[in-house]
Amino acid sequence: MLEIKGLKVDLEDEEKTILKGVDLTVEAGKVHAIMGPNGSGKSTLSYVLSGRDGYEVTGGTATLDGEDILDMEPEERAAAGLFLAFQYPVEIPGVGNMTFMRTALNAQRKARGQEEISAADFLKLVREKAATLEMSNDMLKRPVNVGFSGGEKKRNEILQMAVLEPKMCILDETDSGLDVDAMKLVSKGVNALRDAGRGFLVITHYQRLLDHIKPDVVHIMSDGRIIKTGGPELALEVEKNGYADIKAEVA
Amino acid sequence: MALPQAKLDATEARLASMQRPEGGAWATAARDAALERVRAMGLPHARDEYWKFTKPDTLVSADAPQAALFEDDDAPAFDATDRLKIVFVDGVFDAEASDDLSLEGVTIERLADVAKADIHWARDLYGALETNGQTPVARPLAALNTAMATDGVVIHVTGKAAKPVNLIYHHKSESSDAILHHVIKLDEGAELTVLENGPAAARFNKAMEVDVADTARFNHVRTQGRDHERRAVTHVFARLGRESVFKSFTMTANGILTRNECVIELTGDDAVAHVAGACVGDGDFHHDDTVFITHDAVNCESRQVFKKVLRNGAVGVFQGKILVKEGAQKTDGYQISQSLLLDGDSEFLAKPELEIYADDVACSHGSTSGAIDEEALFYLRARGVPKPIATDLLTLAFLAEAVEEIEDEALRSDMVEKLSGWLERRRG
Repeated sequence: MLEIKGLKVDLEDEEKTILKGVDLTVEAGKVHAIMGPNGSGKSTLSYVLSGRDGYEVTGGTATLDGEDILDMEPEERAAAGLFLAFQYPVEIPGVGNMTFMRTALNAQRKARGQEEISAADFLKLVREKAATLEMSNDMLKRPVNVGFSGGEKKRNEILQMAVLEPKMCILDETDSGLDVDAMKLVSKGVNALRDAGRGFLVITHYQRLLDHIKPDVVHIMSDGRIIKTGGPELALEVEKNGYADIKAEVA
Repeated sequence: MALPQAKLDATEARLASMQRPEGGAWATAARDAALERVRAMGLPHARDEYWKFTKPDTLVSADAPQAALFEDDDAPAFDATDRLKIVFVDGVFDAEASDDLSLEGVTIERLADVAKADIHWARDLYGALETNGQTPVARPLAALNTAMATDGVVIHVTGKAAKPVNLIYHHKSESSDAILHHVIKLDEGAELTVLENGPAAARFNKAMEVDVADTARFNHVRTQGRDHERRAVTHVFARLGRESVFKSFTMTANGILTRNECVIELTGDDAVAHVAGACVGDGDFHHDDTVFITHDAVNCESRQVFKKVLRNGAVGVFQGKILVKEGAQKTDGYQISQSLLLDGDSEFLAKPELEIYADDVACSHGSTSGAIDEEALFYLRARGVPKPIATDLLTLAFLAEAVEEIEDEALRSDMVEKLSGWLERRRG
């Protein structure tokens, strides 16, 4: 589903290379996790894939179902089925959460040549998805992420994911700033979306999120490269011994 | 102090180009007095401090600069609202297009008619609030209006008006120079909504005096038409009694030059005054909101909320002042003026002022200008919203605080629709 080959990325403003050749394939129906120390390039990978400004791709490819996504605008990537759950969801005063989600869903549907969803059907859809995440009507009515706690913001990300039904979901440190209860709720929301046709790439520092969202494959990223790939046991190893051993092992 | 010769000459040249309307005893006296005020103050000049950010020359010149006509193809503002329509074409009353002037709870007359009478209640109001508003800052174009206005409406509200009164201003002559003056008197407990829309003329000078008695409520919503080349200087003068409410919102899209002045005096305790404006300008656009609110009673609230969206070299100006007089304790004053600059060519000039002579008050003011929030833009795009739509969504969100000052929901969505239509027509 998501195929990344030899991806090299510089920061645009500084002459600094962040990704030094990333190879990664996420198959449909699978959950891949990326772990790695601070500054290893995990978040950069998620931003580059979603089309954020400020990065220059100097080599390699990234395709979604065979389609080159690196040349697409962010909105085209979203319509193609890519979704990034932000590490720091943005507050947008003056734009209602419902308006935001409906505009996004209809824009994606339009881009895919589908009919727009009616207001009534949309309301039904959102209510149903919001129930799983225990999100109140008030949270749906408020401006996007304004006045939301850290946990509420992350739940709102997962709600958007549930409503937009992307093919490929990237979760960028979704566990950061969450207490145990919030993490359980978020994980429940994510697990409800696991499906044979959908791929996940879960970026995290810690093993604890992976207790709730069980990965099929775990990658370790360090200094802009995937240095080791294994099963769920690799996450446990990191939790126990840190990254130093793995780095030493592959050096 | 004697006026500079250049100012005297410009003032006399302007006056010589005009003909003072004929009228009965009271109107003649009011116009004579106003003319004296004009001569004493002189018309605005580019060197006047109060006109530092807006060039007054084309508002003062003997002849109105030409303004091309504009074919507006969308539905007129307020079309969905049941209202009493009063139509002026280039400042001339259009009886055929206007509704019958009878409305429950309200007496509506035309200034041109009541000015002929030797005596009329309007005598106590016409030019009176304007005169009050001349201190501490001179507003000579308002005095000129009182002296020279050819028509307008004179409204006495005795109860709750059955529906809004809509003043509609058409612009059909490229060189029209219109002066209208409205007087509105709300009795104790009375309620009225006045809607205004349209460009009015190539050059428009409009004044409106509103006397809001104790516990009365006055709502005002206007849009100033989409003609690019029109010029307008407008004044609203309001005096508020105890527990009265005054709310005014203005939407301005396009217009080569607009100066909207609003002068409010809170004279009764517990009164509330809100003035708001949302303007959108593209290219040859200069929009000036000048507001002066005087708190002269206890426990009054005032809000000024002005938002401007500017692109392609458009210019926005805000001069807003809250004056809290001695003894006006428990004053709650709020003022915000913000601009969204959609490119590097546009400009926003702001002069927010507070002057406070009471010690137990809460007043705040803020003024900012900024660009579209790139983080928010990316967030919307990452969810699939195309850049132009995302930009419009954020622009409307920026304007929302001003638009939300409109109490009536239907009128509010009418204005939002007009604003989003304007943005949509400019989508890249």
